[in-house]
Amino acid sequence: MRKMGWKELPPGAINPWAGNFMEVKTGSFRGGLKPVFHEEHCIHCLFCWVFCPDNAIIVKEGKMVGINYDYCKGCGICTVECPTSPKSLTMEKEELQL
Amino acid sequence: MAERRILNGNAAIAEAIRQINPDVVAAYPITPSTAIVEYIAKFVADGLMTTEFVTPESEHSAMSMCIGSSAAGARVFTATASQGLALMFEMLYIASSLRLPIVAGIANRALSAPINIHGDHSDTMGARDSGWIQIYSENSQEAYDNVIQAFRIGEHRDVSTPVMVGMDGFILSHAVQDMLVEEDDKVKAFVRERNPLYSILDVDNPITVGPIDFTDYYFEHKRSQFVGMENAPEVILEVAEEFKKEFGREYGFFELYKMDDAEVAIVLLGSTAGTAKEVVDELREKGRKVGLVKIRVYRPFPAKELADVLSNLKAVAALDRAASPGAVGGPLFTDLRASLYEYEKRPIIVDYIYGLGGRDIAPKHIAEVYERLEKIAATGERGELIGYINLRE
Repeated sequence: MRKMGWKELPPGAINPWAGNFMEVKTGSFRGGLKPVFHEEHCIHCLFCWVFCPDNAIIVKEGKMVGINYDYCKGCGICTVECPTSPKSLTMEKEELQL
Repeated sequence: MAERRILNGNAAIAEAIRQINPDVVAAYPITPSTAIVEYIAKFVADGLMTTEFVTPESEHSAMSMCIGSSAAGARVFTATASQGLALMFEMLYIASSLRLPIVAGIANRALSAPINIHGDHSDTMGARDSGWIQIYSENSQEAYDNVIQAFRIGEHRDVSTPVMVGMDGFILSHAVQDMLVEEDDKVKAFVRERNPLYSILDVDNPITVGPIDFTDYYFEHKRSQFVGMENAPEVILEVAEEFKKEFGREYGFFELYKMDDAEVAIVLLGSTAGTAKEVVDELREKGRKVGLVKIRVYRPFPAKELADVLSNLKAVAALDRAASPGAVGGPLFTDLRASLYEYEKRPIIVDYIYGLGGRDIAPKHIAEVYERLEKIAATGERGELIGYINLRE
């Protein structure tokens, strides 16, 4: 994304682009661990969706379908809250995207 | 018709605010500016103002409320002094960087410790890098006139920058003076309505005010903020011109007193100008070529205009009513000296720190400064760079 120069910015450092935080891919915050979805164990209780502090659990037609790694910061809360056994969400190593 | 009144500086500023009737006043009382807030509270209680008058729990909260109100498009005023302004410090920067044209009346007072309630410029000088426009007053009339002009200057869309109007604590805030209060309608017409750059209440155009910037945008946002200050000089002169047309009193970046053929001059700000003018008159009667420059607008600093006036003099003294420990001199001195650096021909310049904590400065002290300047002019020998007036060894 091209960065604006100081003469192009709206005055007072206001942000007039409502909802533009979607453009900021905060998934780069992850520090080497990511949740991985195992669909075969999932009961679609959506605890993961409720507890995810971001908006990284993808739900379609009432069902958990996957993880949006553009925003997932790898906090692991979803894997802790996941009630299934074995877990349908597990933390696994990933290469750091530097 | 303008009405001739006997008012102290606090009452003069409160009168201006009664006439302007801002949307919001949020202020916390502190000596010596308390009376401004008391007068406003009474005006509101008596039904003379429709202002939303808020009494927060501290100056920090007062400035925070001013910021929120101003971001909603309101016209906002506050008053404070000394520790109160110091407590506002972090919010001052937020007000200026959000480009919110809040007007603050300051009864200039020393900063602790030791605790002292009397007048000096330490409070506003401490805020000189906060991005606020700073205007200083010599008397009640100027405090009144400056507050009226401050709304027009700050709220001008090209400026959109907060303005603090200073007057010396007690010397001006509590001393009654003969002055003119203009007609309510004329003042209201002069200040017009505020036309804000943006408003958080504009639901058709939703915005975020005060979001976070990392290393990628903070610098650009800061640079864009400075545009307001850069546009201020032109607007200050425009507003002064219109003020003169409407009310007859003349203002600029500074006032020149008997400078036409002066060889030496004192440069200062605030109420001491009144004392210095007396001294200049006396010395002029004796044929001595002395003059005075009273700075009205300290931020933005009128560097070129001042240097144009001073560069042909032989010796100049800056009188600083605030100290800047460890610096090359007081704040006025360092600004002045830096301004003159652009000129090949420039006067010898010295600094005096004076009046801290309300210490008196008498005509004889100012006469002594002129005497020294004349000696410097005659010999070319500067001597000590920084002196102290009326200080016991």
